[in-house]
Amino acid sequence: MSDHPEFISMKLQCPLPKLNYEFITLGHGSGGVLTHRLLEDIIFNALGDRLIKQVHDAAIADLNGTPVISTDSFVVSPLHFPGGNIGDLCVNGTINDLAMAGARPRYLSLAFILEEGFLISAFWDILLSIRWACQLNNVMVITGDTKVVDKGSGDQLFINTTGIGELVTEIKFDGSTCKSGDVVIVSGPIASHGMAIMSVREHLEFETTIQSDTKAVYPEIELLLNNFGDRIKFLRDPTRGGIGTVLNEVARARNMGIELEQEKLPILPEVDAACELLGLDPIYVANEGIFLAVVESSAAEDVVEKLNSINGTQQAAIIGIINEDHPGKVVLRNSFGGRRVVNMLTGQQLPRIC
Amino acid sequence: MKYITEYRDPILAKHYVREIRRITTRSWNIMEVCGGQTHGLVKFGIMDILPKEISMIHGPGCPVCVTPLNLIDKAIYLAVDRSVTLCSFGDMLRVPGSDQSLLDAKAKGADVRILYSPLEAVQIAYANPEKEVVFFAVGFETTAPANALAVLQAAHLELDNFSILSSHVLVPPAIEAIMSDPDCKVDGFLGAGHVCSIMGTEEYLPIVAKYHVPIVVTGFEPIDLLQGILMVVSQLEAGTAKLENQYARIVKSAGNQAAQKAIDQVFEVTARNWRGIGNIPYSGYNIKQKHQKFDADKKFNVDLVPARESELCIAGQILKGLKKPHECPAFGKQCNPENPLGAPMVSSEGACAAYFHFSN
Repeated sequence: MSDHPEFISMKLQCPLPKLNYEFITLGHGSGGVLTHRLLEDIIFNALGDRLIKQVHDAAIADLNGTPVISTDSFVVSPLHFPGGNIGDLCVNGTINDLAMAGARPRYLSLAFILEEGFLISAFWDILLSIRWACQLNNVMVITGDTKVVDKGSGDQLFINTTGIGELVTEIKFDGSTCKSGDVVIVSGPIASHGMAIMSVREHLEFETTIQSDTKAVYPEIELLLNNFGDRIKFLRDPTRGGIGTVLNEVARARNMGIELEQEKLPILPEVDAACELLGLDPIYVANEGIFLAVVESSAAEDVVEKLNSINGTQQAAIIGIINEDHPGKVVLRNSFGGRRVVNMLTGQQLPRIC
Repeated sequence: MKYITEYRDPILAKHYVREIRRITTRSWNIMEVCGGQTHGLVKFGIMDILPKEISMIHGPGCPVCVTPLNLIDKAIYLAVDRSVTLCSFGDMLRVPGSDQSLLDAKAKGADVRILYSPLEAVQIAYANPEKEVVFFAVGFETTAPANALAVLQAAHLELDNFSILSSHVLVPPAIEAIMSDPDCKVDGFLGAGHVCSIMGTEEYLPIVAKYHVPIVVTGFEPIDLLQGILMVVSQLEAGTAKLENQYARIVKSAGNQAAQKAIDQVFEVTARNWRGIGNIPYSGYNIKQKHQKFDADKKFNVDLVPARESELCIAGQILKGLKKPHECPAFGKQCNPENPLGAPMVSSEGACAAYFHFSN
């Protein structure tokens, strides 16, 4: 995303203003003159036309439908990684949560927790990424907050978001209508985000750089809703804990069995190799730009085809089936007939990936 | 992924399963020595597809699992009470000590770090001369060369603030201990492939001869494991006992001599306590006198009250292959990966954790 020509041109048109401060100081969080300068010079300026300024303690959000709300916090380390940064990650991540509930994303709140000493130029870059991600997804920032903590009390920048969307369907995608024979689909290759972060942190170098998959999936969801309606029964974005954890959640909550086929799980070769090298199981590694869907079996092939056509790839796949054989459990079958239970991830596999 | 996918080929796997089934005429107990092999067997569901006559017994080859409790307490003491920067591999940090784990200590403010290589700990010591850095060196012969290199590197840099807490253990004495146990029911072994890639295979010849037991040095992928099992069963059915090498693409009979040289420069063989098994003579590595300034045990001279194991945990019987994880009354109940009573439930190579994560 960061090398999109329109984004590059936007960055060229928005150079960092000349300032008499280069880094964040405690004064920027005081609520006084310095806070106002940070808002006016940096945050408002960088967000540009993606910001609706209402100059009040709270913002009014106009909606054409039932409001849907989701909140999230972003503490990813490092702030920049191949394929994105904390800025586009926080916009995409929040939008995706709304999309999974069948909502069109409309507005965003942004709360920044800045560490004393954080470079203004680095903050500026991240704000431009936020603006670009908002622009791509037709989302407006309507409110926010800025706090500064002492050096050592944070790690450069944390972002909290709240997304507000409007419901575009009556269908609940919570898995309550799933039945035996329904099919599990994943919209793209798994484990890319977690391994992109991990390879930067561990200084792993491969012939191909592993890119995070961070992107907003609302366009894909909208396409599926328009074409398949209530034949789509369950939607979730498998972020932390990966597809293994999310599928366990729904299997337990709905007391249904899920059988996955190992060889059908889409994964990029470089991601697969990195997982092998670090001894990580890709089904537990985080994703930021794909979703899981359970659909009626008669619609499954068409759903995969639609997803592949909108993404211009062949990477959406049918990966499993709902059954009655082992209620509450997710089982993975490998190509030579061996089976294993996929449990929820316990402990942490990778800290601070989003 | 070339060199991996070939060893996960379903057609070949089915061929090996058919062959094992064809030649098996009676029940056999085969122990895979290495925790990595246990993990592979369970992860790929291999025990499901073997004939029921073949019983896999999970051996003591999980270094985290056999690290004694009092050594873990010692590491925690160094991190908490002596304020050292304590570094180790991720699995080791989650093992509960008597009161807490290293990760608990980290949460309370101790400087505990997860590393992928002991050489990173040397770098930390070099960059922070004001800090005492201790690397908690656990592992079999496989990790010993890297730990030896860390000591040699620290010596080269003339560091005064780096040391290692050695908990190195050796495979051949463990196999001897298992075979000499009167309750032993192991008929044959899958030898630990990566250990042999360092040490070679020749040190297993006396064991094969003394106990008339087949040992097949085996790799970790499904095809490796199935081929290794087939080779052991072939020997058992023929009544022979030989040392064979299934993992010849990695393991040479003389091993890796450069690695052995590094080990020899830094370490000497010593008796060692194995958690759940007890003291085994000549079964571990200590740092040689010449490099004792890098020996955390000597440097900090820690004397702690001996630790007490959980009374429910039967890790010792599991590590010796006398019981299966699910035969433990605490398995999955009082003991699970979130609240492990014993180390085999912590490490991804531990038999209990492998059963918990991957089996019904």
